Amino acid sequence: MLNALLLVPAITGLLAFLVRWKPVLHALLLATAVSHAGLTVRLWGGPAVADWGGWLQLDPAGMLFLSITSLLFLAAAIYGVSYLRGECRLYPAGHQAVFVGCLLVFLATMTLVCLSQHLGLLWVAIEATTLASAPLIYFHRSSRSLEATWKYLVICSVGIALALLGTFFLSIAANPIEGTLILADLVAGGGVLLAPWLKMAFVFFLVGYGTKVGLAPLHTWLPDAHSEAPAMVSCLLSGALLNNAFLGILRLRQVCGAAGLATFGQGSLIGMGLLSMTVAAVFIVGQTDFKRLLAYSSVEHMGILALGFGLGGLGTVGALFHAINHSLGKGLLFLTAGNILEGYHTKTIAEVRGVRRLLPASGLLWVLGFLALTGAPPSGAFLSELMVAGAAFQNGHPFVGLAFLGLLTVVFVGMARPFLEMAGGEPPAELAAKKPVESGLRVLPVGLLWLGIVTLGWYVPPALQHLLRQAAALLGG
Amino acid sequence: MNMVLEALLVFIVLTNLLMLGSSRLGVYIRAGAMQGVGLSFLFFTGEAGWPHSHIVLLALVTMVVKGLVFPSLLFRTIRQAGVRREMEPYVGFTASLLAGVAAWGFALWVGGRLPLPGVIRSDLLVPTAMFTIFTGLFLIVARRNAITQVLGYLVIENGVFTFGVAVEAATPFLVEMGILLDIFVGVFVMVITLFQINREIEEIHMDTSKLAALKD
Repeated sequence: MLNALLLVPAITGLLAFLVRWKPVLHALLLATAVSHAGLTVRLWGGPAVADWGGWLQLDPAGMLFLSITSLLFLAAAIYGVSYLRGECRLYPAGHQAVFVGCLLVFLATMTLVCLSQHLGLLWVAIEATTLASAPLIYFHRSSRSLEATWKYLVICSVGIALALLGTFFLSIAANPIEGTLILADLVAGGGVLLAPWLKMAFVFFLVGYGTKVGLAPLHTWLPDAHSEAPAMVSCLLSGALLNNAFLGILRLRQVCGAAGLATFGQGSLIGMGLLSMTVAAVFIVGQTDFKRLLAYSSVEHMGILALGFGLGGLGTVGALFHAINHSLGKGLLFLTAGNILEGYHTKTIAEVRGVRRLLPASGLLWVLGFLALTGAPPSGAFLSELMVAGAAFQNGHPFVGLAFLGLLTVVFVGMARPFLEMAGGEPPAELAAKKPVESGLRVLPVGLLWLGIVTLGWYVPPALQHLLRQAAALLGG
Repeated sequence: MNMVLEALLVFIVLTNLLMLGSSRLGVYIRAGAMQGVGLSFLFFTGEAGWPHSHIVLLALVTMVVKGLVFPSLLFRTIRQAGVRREMEPYVGFTASLLAGVAAWGFALWVGGRLPLPGVIRSDLLVPTAMFTIFTGLFLIVARRNAITQVLGYLVIENGVFTFGVAVEAATPFLVEMGILLDIFVGVFVMVITLFQINREIEEIHMDTSKLAALKD
């Protein structure tokens, strides 16, 4: 079963590179997304399956992140087919084949991240996500996207190289248990690990994978890559990949917890969380480019996750829940941003007016999505942010809690103005005369994502509650 | 065996200093290649006797990839781009060398203070790895040329590898191959991106300070 989950996207991805007929390519993309989602759903509620002698296993944390990835990929694929048939229909088939191929291989590598129980394999998988996604950012072949791709490749590869050093440190820390890197063995033998090396390993994991997560001050590549990539790639990079990279840090937290070092690194996580939120707030207020605005909002939300995990307890559950909400909300906004970009041919906030009139459905989703993502009730993000704030006050960090609430407010206000200004007003006359038509395929998945995040604000299904609790327990919440 | 190991480590340190002090891209690429080859010999400094077949295979793959494939890829790139030298680095070459020497001293000091379990076979090992990683990071931030940045990435990876190989971290064969594959594909994708940069933006000459369209 786990093999199928990995092999389906990997094989279809490699096949896609060879296909030169666009309808087949689009069908391949859609079929893979649907079967991946189907396989994921079938794994829900079942016992944790292990494969490959314990190297691959779907534990609750992996299950949670895998489900987010799979769901978002499905939405992105539906949207993507319409995208490739619309704006990019003139792109040569070979060009589209590379895009679809990389997209599917990207899904396979992200799946491997969620399944890896061997920390060396986890490193291989996370680095592979960078390599598979870099060509995706470069899809439009402009000099700007080239620059973004270059920064993404170099900064993330260097960051991840440091995580590899951390992985070797971990192996030294595990010297008493023969240097194993299998998570279950590390957790079982937590008591005998060499603490100084384990601490060093954590620092390098935090810096290394933290680069990929986009935690400030290691986030510099993120706004460029997320804003230059095509809409559904931004949606996946932000909604799926950032979480998965976080899993790298969380795995080591698991080991630290088992070694009696649960509190080690909490301060750094809280600090980086608050710093990320602050940096994001500074760049969100007065931002002129709406895709960069969304990218900085991702930095902010990764900061919220770091804060939640750093606080522990209720914060861990809150952070895991927030990961779901952020992915739904950010996915929906990036996809809508793609619709707006296609309608207006600009990313400059000041040049976009009257989205509600020109593109009624997208305009509505743009505003609703903004409210849901920033945590205006009823939205799942409201609940999860409340949990993180609650954890801060409960665990004796009242100033952290106050700073958190203050930053959330600043970001809300900073984002409200551009979003409302873009949605309202009169569209430019020359665009209004053309009367663009919104394709259903590019609104439907977005609407469903919105429905998801709002439903989570009212009702969290028992199965999901159970999974969240299990995952939090696993990660030492 | 320890003698061989320490000789190899000293060799790696010297290649780092060579890169820090030179302005010629050709020297960087050659020094990086020599470092890679030196690294592949580290695989054999482990246990006495005839090495396992998978270790031989790993060492061979490392040697071919780092000593042959990467240098030829990078040489092709600089020929195509028509750049030979690192122009106007952010940090001068003499200052870079001095920084390198200081970093080496610091690495020795830190290395001496880390509690080493039995797996580490030479006191020079941790400092060498740290110094190599420092050199790579330094090349990335102190030089403008995009090729030097790719090389910096490779040097960082070499440093990490120095550590990994010599502590015989219990990374299984498959994972080691996966790591190598990742690095290989990584450099490959970077070089392709460089080709595109060179084609799209003629006047850049691989100068990364010109890649500054994206900012807030």
